[in-house]
Amino acid sequence: MTDDLARARALLRTGGIVTLVALLGAAGVYCLALNFTPTEASQGLAQKIFYIHVPAAWGTLVAFSLCGLASAAYLFLLDPRLDRFAASSAEVGLAFAAVMLTTGPIWGRPIWGTYWDWDPRLTLTLLTFFLFLGYGALRSALHDPGERARFSAVIGIMALVLVPFIHLSVYLFRTIHPKPVVLRPEGPALPFEMLRTLLVSVGVFTLLYIGLVTMRYALGIARDHAEADAGGRDG
Amino acid sequence: MGDFLRVALAVAGKDLRLELRTRATMLAAVVFAALVLLVFNFSRDPTAVAAIDLAPGVLWVTVAFASVVALNRAFTIEREHSAIDGLRLAPASRGALFIGKALANLAFVLLIEAVTVPLAVLFFGLPVATAGWGLPLILFLSAVGFVAVGTLLSAMAVRTRFGELLLPVLLLPFLVPPLIAAAQATSRLLAGRPLSEVVGWLRFLVVYDLVFVTLGLLLFGAVIDE
Repeated sequence: MTDDLARARALLRTGGIVTLVALLGAAGVYCLALNFTPTEASQGLAQKIFYIHVPAAWGTLVAFSLCGLASAAYLFLLDPRLDRFAASSAEVGLAFAAVMLTTGPIWGRPIWGTYWDWDPRLTLTLLTFFLFLGYGALRSALHDPGERARFSAVIGIMALVLVPFIHLSVYLFRTIHPKPVVLRPEGPALPFEMLRTLLVSVGVFTLLYIGLVTMRYALGIARDHAEADAGGRDG
Repeated sequence: MGDFLRVALAVAGKDLRLELRTRATMLAAVVFAALVLLVFNFSRDPTAVAAIDLAPGVLWVTVAFASVVALNRAFTIEREHSAIDGLRLAPASRGALFIGKALANLAFVLLIEAVTVPLAVLFFGLPVATAGWGLPLILFLSAVGFVAVGTLLSAMAVRTRFGELLLPVLLLPFLVPPLIAAAQATSRLLAGRPLSEVVGWLRFLVVYDLVFVTLGLLLFGAVIDE
């Protein structure tokens, strides 16, 4: 059992280092975006938030998708590591979604003239955010580890299936969000310097995701250890 | 297949019989629906907003909330005296148990709709005659979607200490796509548009129902087995 704790400590250290590097990288993105990237012609300085908003959205997408996939895999393999990873990924995804949901309105106010608009992608993000808040609430309300893992996996799979439906239904509703500017058939529609800053920032956020998930995963090991310990004493 | 249906009908029959004898939950859910409609009426300035502009939205929000109340009961009755263990021990496929519970829930949600729509006609002057046969179709298709997701989620929520609160938190995000489709289609039909204009939304509802009923069949075992 002490092996577990030693492993958790080692993972926590690794995750901490990766997170630290990612945070330094984020400071680098800040300099790069402000000093070495041209200012957008029509939006001016307000557009700089793009370099946080879009990578945060990317992080959210990665985190929630991996949570759903790990959940599906868990029901087949019943490996507790997959459950622990899904939980970690969902929590980190919530943090990224919070960044996306705060930077979005700050950007929207000067450019769209409104903080909030019931635009498809906004609505989709907000609903996904609530979906994973519910996932977290369910996890914390269940005490039996096996049950918690199975139920969370079911919710994770359902969420993965639900997102395309939300996307389609709100898309048919209406949109004012910009059309894709990077991933489109004709190639990216931004100047090289902007694309470079964006890609650096996406890389930094991915690293941040890896660092935070590793740390959260280590805490998961420690908590399972503590729970098993307490259960052993009770039994 | 014969066995599958027999088990499903037996489970659904058990739930319906239980409800017919007590009538407690459905009465509460139906009164709740009427009260939600009543409260909505005060959210509107009658000189500025015509009742018909709000009616489709009000109708669907009411149906959704009352359905959550009704779905809560599906597994609370199984929790008492650990009745769920009886279902678990039954040598029946988990899919059949799921369909059984879902069928009983479907009956309850349809009942709520059957009460809410006439009340909405009464309170908001909903012109149901203009909508024609499209409206019952939309009501049925969304009820199927609601119960497919709701049966699965309420089986999980009931295992927690605050399940009655947790179910709406888990369920409402899942109800948003069918609610958007149903409210959009309803308002078009009520405005006198032809059925052909809402076929897209109807297809959307059918696909949603098929996908989530299938998921329920596949995942119900993971939810009730230990």
